[in-house]
Parts: sequence; C-alpha cells; structure tokens
Amino acid sequence: MSLTTGISLAYLIAAICFILALKGLSGPKTARAGNLLGAAGMALALAMTFATPGLSRFLLIVIAMIIGAVIGWPAARLVKMTAMPQMVAAFNGVGGASAALISLAEFIRGNPSHLAVYQVVEVLFGVIVGCVSFSGSAIAFAKLQELMTGRPVTYPGQQVLNGIVACATLGFALAVCVAPHTWPIVVIAALALVFGVAFVLPIGGADVPVLISLLNSFTGLAVAASGFVLHSVLLVVAGTLVGASGTLLTRMMSSAMGRSLPNILFSAFGSVVTATGSTGELGDRSVRSGSAEDIAVLLAYSQKVVVVPGYGLAVAQAQHVARELAELLEERGIEVTYAIHPVAGRMPGHMNVLLAEANVPYDQLKEMDEANPGFQTADVALVVGANDVVNPAAKNSPGSPIYGMPVLAVDEAKSIVFLKRSMRPGFAGIDNELLFDPKTTLLFGDAKESLTKLVGAVKQL
Amino acid sequence: MSGASILTLVTVFVLAAFVGFEVISKVPSILHTPLMSGTNAIHGVVLVGSILVLGTAHGTAEITLGFIAVVLSTVNVVGGFVVTDRMLQMFKGRSKPGGGSGRS
Repeated sequence: MSLTTGISLAYLIAAICFILALKGLSGPKTARAGNLLGAAGMALALAMTFATPGLSRFLLIVIAMIIGAVIGWPAARLVKMTAMPQMVAAFNGVGGASAALISLAEFIRGNPSHLAVYQVVEVLFGVIVGCVSFSGSAIAFAKLQELMTGRPVTYPGQQVLNGIVACATLGFALAVCVAPHTWPIVVIAALALVFGVAFVLPIGGADVPVLISLLNSFTGLAVAASGFVLHSVLLVVAGTLVGASGTLLTRMMSSAMGRSLPNILFSAFGSVVTATGSTGELGDRSVRSGSAEDIAVLLAYSQKVVVVPGYGLAVAQAQHVARELAELLEERGIEVTYAIHPVAGRMPGHMNVLLAEANVPYDQLKEMDEANPGFQTADVALVVGANDVVNPAAKNSPGSPIYGMPVLAVDEAKSIVFLKRSMRPGFAGIDNELLFDPKTTLLFGDAKESLTKLVGAVKQL
Repeated sequence: MSGASILTLVTVFVLAAFVGFEVISKVPSILHTPLMSGTNAIHGVVLVGSILVLGTAHGTAEITLGFIAVVLSTVNVVGGFVVTDRMLQMFKGRSKPGGGSGRS
C-alpha cells in the first residue's frame, strides 16, 4: 500500500468519524461520545496530513499550530457558560477566515491566467463565503459580548447600500472569471467583508444565535469550496456535512422561536417598535413590587411552584442559588419544576446547560410543551430574569413583533412573581403587559441577590 | 492528494449534502447549541487544507497567508472541540459538587 493510499484511507476513516459524530451529537446519551469521536477523526486526519509527500516547513507549521492551540484552548476552557454563544461565533469566524485565506493562497500560487473558469469560481466561492462568515461572526460576537448595541442597527438606504455592495461583488467576480488577476480578488474579499457586516447589523441581539448557526453552515460551505480548490475529498465531505446539517439546524432553531428564517434575517426586528414608543402607553401604569419577605411567604405556602429561568438568571450566575431555593421549598413539601423555553438564555438548550451545571435534577426540567399545561395548576410562577419568553403579547396582540412566537403560559398561574433588574423591556425591546397584571408581584434587583434574599427569607419562616 | 477530479468532487459534494441532511433529522432543542458547536468544530478540518497550503507554499505571500490560516484554523479545531465537550459535560455532571466548572 502506497503512502498516498494510506493517507486517503485515513481521510476516509476521518470522514466516517465526522458523520458518526453528527449522529451522536443529535442524541442526549450519545452526544459526548459523538464529539470525542469527531475529535479523534480530526486527530487522525491531521497526523496523516503531515505524511503528505512533498510537504515541507514542518517547523513553521508546528509553530503556527502551537500559537493557535495556545489561543484556542484557554479561550474554550475559561469562557463562562453564559458567554458560550459568542465563543462559538468567534471560533466560527476564524474558521471562515482560514477557508478564505487558503482559497486566496491557492489562487496566487500558480499563474492565475492559466486557471479554468470553474477553478476561478471555486476560489471566488471560498473567498466570498469565508469572508462573509468571518466579518458576520465578528459583528455577532460584538453584539453578544455587548461591545456594541444588541439592537438592530438600521439607517436610511440600508437595503440599497447592501444591494450595491452585493452587485459590486458580483461584478468584480464576473470580471475575474473573464480575466483572472489577483487584485480584483482582494477587492472582492474586502467587499465580502463589508457585506458580512452589513448583513448582520440589522439583526437584533435575540436573533443572533440563529444567525450564528447560519454563519456556521456558511463556513462549512466555504471549507467545502476550499476542498474543491485543493482537490481534497476530506475537506469537501466535512465542509458539506456542516453546510447541510447547519442549514437544517438553523431552520430548527428559527422554528423553535416560531419565526421564519427570512423574517429573522430581514425584518430589523424590534427597531420600529421602540421607535413608536409603546412605552408611552404603558409608562403611567403602576406595578406592584413586593419585599423578599412577602414573596417568601407566597412561595412557602403554595403547593406548586414553577420556576421560569431566563437570561437574567444566566448573566447573574444565579443558577446555584435558584437550585438552593428550590430545594428549600421541596423540603417543605412543595412541588417545584422548571419551565424551560426553547430559547431561554441566548440559544436553544443554553438554559439546560446552565441548570445542569448547577446540579438541578433532570426530571425537574420541563420543556415548553410539557410545562405549559402545568401552569393552570401552579400556585406561583417564579419568573427569574425572563421577559420575552413569557410575554402574552406573542399570543394576544397580532401587531407585536413577537406575535406567533411560542411562549410559556405564565399568565395562567394563580400568581406571578417577576425577579427583574429593572422595568427595562427584554432583548426584543417590547413591553410586557404581564408586569402590570394585578396578580403579578415584582422584586427588583440582580437575580442572584434577589434569590439569595428569598432563600434567607424562606429559611426564617 | 491531487488525484480527485472535479467530477469526483462534485459527486462527493452531492452525496455529503444528503448525508448531512439525513444524519440529524430529529434533534431535541436542548441539543441545538451543542450540535451547532460540534459542527463548528468539524469544519475546523480546514486546518488540513491550511497545513497543505503552508507546507507546499512558494513565495512570501503564500507562506504568510498559509501561516495565518494554520493559526486561525487551529483555534477553530481546538476551541471548537473543547468548548463542545465542556457543554456536554454539563449534561451528566450530577455527581460533581455544586461548583460545576468553578470558573463560571
């Protein structure tokens, strides 16, 4: 068996590992093994790549890999669980960038004018999609990391400007196909970077996770394109797998939010609502805020409490205190469950990860469909740092931007307690009628502090 | 390595697209985030391409591009798998004391 055959076989095994990894990752029991299998496949592929005949500069390659590992490993180890989504965006962005870079490097390697049109198209695809994915991910990162506003950024003539950038990119792309030169490719890369920024700016913070999933599948396609450029079957297989499964996953995520993908990408969600000032209508109405002691009594003398955790709980790192409160209540014979909205936190599944981290028993976590019928019999719905996912406007007011999004039926509980930092509307920028409901009590403050106060007050009883 | 013709690659592309759609047909929403992160790690395979580019490059421009590409795609691979594993650890971490992954 020749060396090249050996390498190809190893790549085939790696590709099988990737497919099985995806399969494993779609089931709760097999997910971790799936991820490890993917990593094993990757290690095998990388090791065999070093055996490629004609390969040199091993030292430089190893130095570059060490630098990359020194950046990537600690970043992944140290990132807070709440900052997970933007970390994924960052890793996705650098992947897109390297797909663009190697397509570009292959283009300038030979004499570009000798390239066939299909080869130029492969390069263009890798460069454009990779660059869009990189700059788009960078903006998504900035939005989630709150380096910039999470609100949709809109300005007059935005669509026109995006259209011009897109047309200019296509124009240069056609020109390169006719006469392959390096400088127009660089211009195209720059235009694609601008397009990635322009594409992501109008998307609101709450929708960014779906966007990251979309950009993730873009990067997959960019990698597949660079596989075409390099004639590498492995890159084509793995890139396409990610492109296809990522597209499907993006659709699943957006349907979990009850919205269509075009709606998320192009509607500039929320900006209009805040502009028309719905706060004005609600501003004069009074809310009822209670002390921790009042709420502790309410909780301690109920029979069934449903906790609705939201992003506020996540940012305050309050998951451990929440579990402590739940355990105290359970000791008093109260039934406690957690109702998890599909997009609670910032990404589908994010809240489950956080609560699992705090050792909340799995059987207490209820998915939305399972949890909603339970609110009718619940004495108290304790909403911790959530807002949009319990907003009845999604059911009742067709004019609302979140109309149609599935929400937790908190309004059906006998009484509602909101632990909130302020009256500020949630991520979607929409006021919540429920805050003004007579059966609602509010406790203002950081979720962790409020929960700690509640724990203390319940202990006193 | 360079044996694959354009037609072979297109065939592989089409088949892989079908596999990608089929293999994750039903995913519970709690696994959406880990799955996204896992696929993110898998496209880090671009590191293989980056190594090939840097290892066979001629001229400063290609070497520079290749070097940056290897650094970036290593970040993608290493970070991607590690972060996914950390997420998935949380799902079975009941036996651990309440601190979880202490730093968060």
